[in-house]
Amino acid sequence: MATLEIRDLHVSVETDAGDREILRGVDLTVRSGETHAIMGPNGSGKSTLAYSVAGHPKYKITGGTVTLDGEDVLAMSVDERARAGLFLAMQYPVEVPGVSVSNFLRTSVTAVRGEAPKLRTWVKEMRSSMDELSMDPAFAERSVNEGFSGGEKKRHEILQMQLLKPKIAILDETDSGLDVDALRIVSEGVNRVKESGEVGTLLITHYTRILRYIRPDFVHVFVDGRVVAEGGAELADQLESEGYDSYVKAAAAS
Amino acid sequence: MTVTDTGASNLSAAVEGRPVPTGREEAWRFTPLPRLRGLHQSVEGAAQAEVVADLAPELRLELVDTASLPAASGPVETPAALALAATERSVVVTVPREAEASATSVLRITGTGTDRPAVSHIVVRAEAFSKAVVVLEHTGSATLSANVDVELGDGASLTLLSLQAWDDDAVHLGRQHAVVGRDASFRSFIASFGGDTVRLVPTVEYSAPGGSAELFGIYFADAGQHLEHRSLVDHAVPHCRSDVLFKGALRGDAEAGERGIARSVWVGDVIIRAAAVGTDTYELNRNLVLTDAARADSVPNLEIETGEIVGAGHASATGRFDDEQLFYLQARGIPADIATQLVVRGFFADVVARLGEPEWEQRLLDAIDGELGFAPEAADADQEDPQ
Repeated sequence: MATLEIRDLHVSVETDAGDREILRGVDLTVRSGETHAIMGPNGSGKSTLAYSVAGHPKYKITGGTVTLDGEDVLAMSVDERARAGLFLAMQYPVEVPGVSVSNFLRTSVTAVRGEAPKLRTWVKEMRSSMDELSMDPAFAERSVNEGFSGGEKKRHEILQMQLLKPKIAILDETDSGLDVDALRIVSEGVNRVKESGEVGTLLITHYTRILRYIRPDFVHVFVDGRVVAEGGAELADQLESEGYDSYVKAAAAS
Repeated sequence: MTVTDTGASNLSAAVEGRPVPTGREEAWRFTPLPRLRGLHQSVEGAAQAEVVADLAPELRLELVDTASLPAASGPVETPAALALAATERSVVVTVPREAEASATSVLRITGTGTDRPAVSHIVVRAEAFSKAVVVLEHTGSATLSANVDVELGDGASLTLLSLQAWDDDAVHLGRQHAVVGRDASFRSFIASFGGDTVRLVPTVEYSAPGGSAELFGIYFADAGQHLEHRSLVDHAVPHCRSDVLFKGALRGDAEAGERGIARSVWVGDVIIRAAAVGTDTYELNRNLVLTDAARADSVPNLEIETGEIVGAGHASATGRFDDEQLFYLQARGIPADIATQLVVRGFFADVVARLGEPEWEQRLLDAIDGELGFAPEAADADQEDPQ
């Protein structure tokens, strides 16, 4: 049982015109087994929330707290956060030329689990996870994300989620740029991790499409750097038909 | 500037009347002459560097009076000419006709100090249709001015690895010239890690059509190191090919001022002369800058005198270590130092893999790890990599 608690989180980025506040007091609690969807228009700060929790150096925390089971996440380095059980599936995974997927995955799994997996079971584990995501075994020999299609990158992210078994997974626009088949495969991968383990999931998305495959327990509407409305899965259905306009106007008026 | 300025002058090895480099010449403008301990001016009183050979049984070893050998071919810069004139005996390794070496042959040049200059001349003759791998392994501490001459007979195949694993204080000037015969295949592999100042000039000419030369290089310049590689491929006969690929990493020390600067120079000259129709050539240099206090010069020069060629191209890129790569790897639990190691190994991986000698490939990877502060095989995850 794990709990990620975000309290009154304020985050800025440096711009040419000085610091600009992007998150203006975010409160959110994600527990094991729960699936939360964060939905909002472009530029509302959804991705900033994801990268701030993961520890990207570009984002400056100016206030608030983030804890995982009471431990201060903001005091941890990026790799410490990952080893503590946080996982961020990125919207734009980075290419690492010359580093094979298999070497990368094994190095990562070794770091997160604290010991190198036994060779024989590891190969089997990696192969079956790849198989579940309809990934060709030859994929393991390619350089990390180099020349991957959009769908391949997202599958590779979910493959890592399957192997690393995080306590809390944040999926940043994992649905963007995917066709229906790829979306289904990726969603099934996420659902497998949800079913098999104790993961708490934070789905960041602009569209409701992925929520047809991964049903959220909670939906949070994110506008202008904070959560402006919360509800159950029915809120997503409402957003699907009505869009964000009423929330954006309300935020502008306040 | 033109390619011919850089080295193709002075075809004779005669010492008389040769100009001493001043640092104003194109070929020497990057080189820190004061750090050469006078090697560029004089090798008077030089010691004869000791070369210990560990050869495959098929190969032959002779010591030959250097003066009795024919004049050196290819471009010979003044310091190389001085060194040749001061060398008493040349180490001549022969791969006999049609012999296929059953093992890698190693020539160990171990420096024993920097106070006195040393000279050496190694000749590798790969006779027709022979096949061998020869390693020149430089270790220890030295002020060395070295000549290497390579000859490949018809259809011969030779891989020559020159590994510079010097101690921190070594100075090494080296001329490495290859003459590639008809349909012969020469692979030169230069790996420079150690030393204070290393300046190597690998040059290639073809004596008949159909030859192939691949010049691969990797280097890792630390704080205070100057690592310079100047290749020249002279296409003067038809239907030959060449491929030049050098990759370097630089890691300086911004706290240490002038002496903390990591410095690398790559100059790649290719000449395609009018007679060299059907030439196919490509050269590439990439540099990975890991820190501030680093400077990489990268200068490709291509001079083409005929349009009747298969292809000619060059590319050069110098980039900083990508913080987004570091973030991505760290976000997967990998500590920053291991992440850096992965990225740097990845950067060099494609070149190292071309060596095709697993034991020496490992040695190079270990040397890269060593430059990053890791003991050999610190990343045991790789040792039993499932693939």
